[in-house]
Amino acid sequence: MDPEKLKERVLTLIPEAGLEESKQYPTFIVPAAKLHSAAISLKENEDTAFDYLFCQSGVDMEKYLMVVYHLESTKHGHAIVLKVKTEDRENPVIDTVCDIWRTAEFHEREIYDMLGIRFANHPDMRRIFLDENWVGYPLRKDYKDEVNIVEL
Amino acid sequence: MKEVIHTPVPLVEEEEYHINMGPQHPSTHGVLRLVVTLQGEIVKSLKPHCGYIHRGIEKMCEKDTYPQIIHLTDRIDYLSAHINNHAVCLLVEKALEIEVPERVKYVRTIMDELARIQSHQLWWASFGMDLGGLTCFFYGLRDREKILDIWEETTGARFLQSYYTPGGLLWDIHPNFQKDVKAFIKYFRKKIRDYDNILSGNVIFRERSRNIGLMSKEDAISWGVTGPSGRGSGWSCDVRKHHPYALYDKVDFKEILYTEGDTLARYLVRMDEMRESMNIIEQLIDNIPEGDFTAKMKAVIKLPAGEYYQRVESARGDLGLYCISDGNKTPYRMKFRTPSFSNLSVLDHISRDLKIADLVAIGGSLDLVIPDIDR
Repeated sequence: MDPEKLKERVLTLIPEAGLEESKQYPTFIVPAAKLHSAAISLKENEDTAFDYLFCQSGVDMEKYLMVVYHLESTKHGHAIVLKVKTEDRENPVIDTVCDIWRTAEFHEREIYDMLGIRFANHPDMRRIFLDENWVGYPLRKDYKDEVNIVEL
Repeated sequence: MKEVIHTPVPLVEEEEYHINMGPQHPSTHGVLRLVVTLQGEIVKSLKPHCGYIHRGIEKMCEKDTYPQIIHLTDRIDYLSAHINNHAVCLLVEKALEIEVPERVKYVRTIMDELARIQSHQLWWASFGMDLGGLTCFFYGLRDREKILDIWEETTGARFLQSYYTPGGLLWDIHPNFQKDVKAFIKYFRKKIRDYDNILSGNVIFRERSRNIGLMSKEDAISWGVTGPSGRGSGWSCDVRKHHPYALYDKVDFKEILYTEGDTLARYLVRMDEMRESMNIIEQLIDNIPEGDFTAKMKAVIKLPAGEYYQRVESARGDLGLYCISDGNKTPYRMKFRTPSFSNLSVLDHISRDLKIADLVAIGGSLDLVIPDIDR
């Protein structure tokens, strides 16, 4: 499917989504409350069939925290990006997608570990790399650690 | 007089217990800890504990310039160091819209394929050793040494080369490079037959690896298991075919696919891939065009503000670099989607209800590199 048609198709599937200017992949901003149902329809729909989550990343944009989903369809070969934002820095919670794409289970644990975004309904929401009693989330821009991070 | 009461000992233990495999265990090839829940010797579930060598590379990238980041990517998956370097270079070149000279593309493709061969050689060596064939380890390391010698001559390093720079190469290839690579391929075409004779055709090995660790194509896609592990389940996921970079759209090569999805299939994919990589090198080695070894680059590299994503096929699978730039000389956020991280996540699913000895074989067939998981 060519990019313009794909954009239209995705917007009819998730009418709440907003389109973002982007060069490489069509990018959509999805409200956090709609993420789980949107993810299911993107995967189940025959025209989109996004069955491969090839990257899931957490980003601290300072004004808000963001989770970025890179999706590809192994059947059609097209790809899109979904973005979910949350302005809550104290207790950010986003729905899990690991029941839809199993690879998200580890990626979401990593995002929680590094950025402190919790994922609702995740089966095993623990830190993955750092110790359980580590204080703070290292990939946040306001993270300070005098001992472990050497400033260049 | 006391009566002796005999209590029958059950043949199968009902109770579940936990065993730590690692962090120091020969079959984990690094510091990975698997907490295995066992019933008797049957694996009921397992939980990987990662992070023993987590170095915070993504955080470090936020303070480093793009040419500096190349040196960090060597240390992510040290067995595909060239390919990881390639990903950063392609990302920068795509963002700045730089066309690199043809000579660079040739050398990079050859180096990448040499990296794939030596990575698979070391995997073959340690996989054989995991299953009790110590000879494999000596054979594999002996042949890998030849590639390291070729690299040492050209790049000055045997292991962590950092030979690629944004726009080209650090310096030109050594005058002996083509001769040495051709001699190596002639040598290794003979030796790989020994590999097949020792291990691939060995009845004990085949019986031990067949039908264990079964992974369907749907599972592979859902868990994001890419590279030879995913192609062993029949999933065509080769980035070189689907999103070609360097010269992969010009050379003629097959994507190796097996549909069985077991440990043996994943083994056979890698064996065939070594041959295929040699075919790719042979097509290129005599035709390296004369020319510059680097494009003209500015002294300070700043990417235009925006988002970039670059995929390459490392020896373990789909390596992705996701970069958000705010226009400075350091990235705002750099994310590495490493193949071993996703490949590890499926281990629990495919090793359930098998024996603990099979777990060693399955873990070996996924070809995990621990720094690639931890970053």
